[in-house]
Amino acid sequence: MADIRNDFVGIKSPNPFWLASAPPTDKAYNVERAFKAGWGGVVWKTLGEEGPPVVNVNGPRYGAIWGADRRLLGLNNIELITDRDLYQNLTEIKQVKKNWPDRALVVSLMVPCEEEAWKAILPLVEETEADGIELNFGCPHGMSERGMGAAVGQVPEYVEMVVRWCKQNTRMPVITKLTPNITDVRKPARAAMAGGTDAVSLINTINSITAVDLDTFAPQPTIDGKGSHGGYCGPAVKPIALNMVAEIARDPETAGLPISGIGGITTWRDAAEFMALGAGNVQVCTAAMTYGFKIVQEMIEGLKNWMDARGHARLEDIVGRATPNVTDWQYLNLNYVTKARIDQDLCIKCGRCHIACEDTSHQAITALVDGARRFEVIEEECVGCNLCVNVCPVEGCIDMVPLAAGVVDKRTGATVSPAYANWTTHPNNPSRVTAAE
Amino acid sequence: MADGHYTDGIAAGRLKGEDYQRNFADLHPPLDAHEAAVEADRCYFCYDAPCMTACPTSIDIPLFIRQIATGNPLGSAKTIFDQNILGGMCARVCPTETLCEEACVREAAEGKPVQIGRLQRYATDTAMAAGRQFHERAEATGRTVAVVGAGPAGLACAHRLALHGHSVTIYEARDKSGGLNEYGIAAYKTPGGFAQAEVDYVRAVGGISIEHGRALGKNLSLGELVGDHDAVFLGMGLAGVNALNAEGEDAEGVENAVDYIAGLRQAEDLSGLPVGRRVVVIGGGMTAIDAAIQARLLGAEEVTICYRRGREQMNASAFEQELAASKGVTIRHWLQPKRVLAENGRVRGIELEYTALSNGRLTGTGETLTLKADQVFKAIGQSFMAGVLNGNSASVALEGGRIRVDGEGRTSMSKVWAGGDCIAGGDDLTVSAVAQGRDAAESINRALMG
Repeated sequence: MADIRNDFVGIKSPNPFWLASAPPTDKAYNVERAFKAGWGGVVWKTLGEEGPPVVNVNGPRYGAIWGADRRLLGLNNIELITDRDLYQNLTEIKQVKKNWPDRALVVSLMVPCEEEAWKAILPLVEETEADGIELNFGCPHGMSERGMGAAVGQVPEYVEMVVRWCKQNTRMPVITKLTPNITDVRKPARAAMAGGTDAVSLINTINSITAVDLDTFAPQPTIDGKGSHGGYCGPAVKPIALNMVAEIARDPETAGLPISGIGGITTWRDAAEFMALGAGNVQVCTAAMTYGFKIVQEMIEGLKNWMDARGHARLEDIVGRATPNVTDWQYLNLNYVTKARIDQDLCIKCGRCHIACEDTSHQAITALVDGARRFEVIEEECVGCNLCVNVCPVEGCIDMVPLAAGVVDKRTGATVSPAYANWTTHPNNPSRVTAAE
Repeated sequence: MADGHYTDGIAAGRLKGEDYQRNFADLHPPLDAHEAAVEADRCYFCYDAPCMTACPTSIDIPLFIRQIATGNPLGSAKTIFDQNILGGMCARVCPTETLCEEACVREAAEGKPVQIGRLQRYATDTAMAAGRQFHERAEATGRTVAVVGAGPAGLACAHRLALHGHSVTIYEARDKSGGLNEYGIAAYKTPGGFAQAEVDYVRAVGGISIEHGRALGKNLSLGELVGDHDAVFLGMGLAGVNALNAEGEDAEGVENAVDYIAGLRQAEDLSGLPVGRRVVVIGGGMTAIDAAIQARLLGAEEVTICYRRGREQMNASAFEQELAASKGVTIRHWLQPKRVLAENGRVRGIELEYTALSNGRLTGTGETLTLKADQVFKAIGQSFMAGVLNGNSASVALEGGRIRVDGEGRTSMSKVWAGGDCIAGGDDLTVSAVAQGRDAAESINRALMG
């Protein structure tokens, strides 16, 4: 059986599944339930500085979008950091850590961008014997208006400065949580590394309005007729998060910087994908908020089964395995030619491949063959774009089949070359690199 | 159980009052908004959708389902009514399992089609409950058209003609409009007076008057109609019932299934409707199934359908056969009636002969079976009574005993169109009658406005 014990910057947990800093980790009651359910670790919901706690809105905090059968695809929230007393949280953290010594317990922090504020809170957290801290530089709403959260995360210089303060003032490992609401996520990651961070975690939530109420013309979630952008998360953000994780993992300047992957992770498969792109572990929130803590059982067993089936003994065997395969477009092999192939036995004849191709792409799929309803690829027209695969409701019905070297591509009339050739050397590229004579 | 449950002979009140209500409640209760949304989500919005091709009225099914899915049930109803103004009844009575739902790609994918019929009912019920009309009549043309028969074909024809601005008079033999929707369909498929509500909905467009008690061959002649109107549409049903050709079939207790069903549909109190303790139904079509099931639902202890051929040859769909079985009806195959057994002129049983196919021909094997019965329903088909049609300068050509029409519904006689059960080559479906009525109306309009 695969060993999925996790060591993330020295923080040990029985599995790589942590709950992200969010409502599910706001108090001992929830965290105890999470640990009982099997979660490997939690990042306690963000603590603020000493004093009167923040207040939340008293109306809806969440908005959502749904797929078929009202399956929740994306969730947004306008909740702030913990609105409970600092010392109550610290007391509970200490007790929970004592109760669950084998689980990871990291504390998320967000205080004003002043060294004294950080100096004040760090010893209080250390005293709980928590395993580490996560700096919340990502929260996109409310706190950012007060110069915290994303307001820090969007300025690499601030990121570096605060990380440095923390590293100078605590022995605990520091994980820097990054906001995706920025043009190039590598910049704050590099800054965090320069400040001495032990790891980065990403992504935090994305600025969003989930919907507009067409009766009241108010954005959702709606508070007394008004709405504010919230932070978007859930399955819908996974592709964005995967890309940002990969960007940092393959950036030579941050190579080797541990990453805790966050963003729409719902199943073991999602988790494995993040880890393959370079995440040392993963954090989950929306899936738990949708289905409850029990989902971790599926994640643990699913990950182990897949690792066993593929012969991966430990997490180290999968982390970063996909990173080298992420490249720039210009390096993709232009001699790799595929054609769609439709399995007529699996085809249910819905015709979506045809109409998608006919209306919006390359007119490469028939609707009728010899007068009968039949969907076949016209290889002379097929550019191998994969749209038909993506709109087909039957998994595995349409495949993209690579043409073997030496075969003639009926669309271009050219013979498929076995050689690798990319845009950098392509004759149509005005800036092409020519081989030395 | 009521006291009279095991009374021999034909008797009323076999059940308790609430049992009648339960037995004759909606076969498929309407979907609520959530159920409709969940079901609508399953539609793949196919290209050139097979369901749409399978629908005799060519309703744009993917579009109307998408409109339900997006919270636009009124738009959905318009999509349906544009093609089929009797979409509400068709949603209830269409054998969808052999039409749209059989063609649904979800049937191919997972053996579970989208419930198109129930979604169609959801949309049409929503619009009818809201009293929404989606069509406006064109300016009056001054042309008048006579429609004979206020059944599905006649109503669909009249509605489309009225939309084009023509003035329509429907001549209906019975006291109520609706045809088989009112007198023929099984009660549990269209409870709550839906047939009349639908007639009202169709007529609300205006320009349609209905004269009841007017029947060809009695107080109406085709020659006069042609003389008095710019065009005539014949949409009559099948008034004749095929005989068993079995000895003793004139005994008391041997009835036409269609007449019994009509009586049931018009009964104000089902507990007052007599039914046999042991009922035998002869036939293999929808009428046989409807009569058998409803006899059971009225409290008959034993109901047996006897059909002279095998399961595969039955006109009733597999769904209907299973429905009958689930209601406790026994279906027996390869049996033909030989002799009705009577005592004092009343049915006491029926003697049947086993049948077999020999060289493709159905023949009796000589072996017989006797079933106890105090009521026997004849459901071996109906025929068109063509005698009322011709004479007095009217001459409409027939084909196989029904009216011959061309692709547009034109008969051999000038100014006369026909559709529904009375025409040759039909499939006896409500939805086909609607399509024929509608298309004949378009043909009439082209002829009048040419």
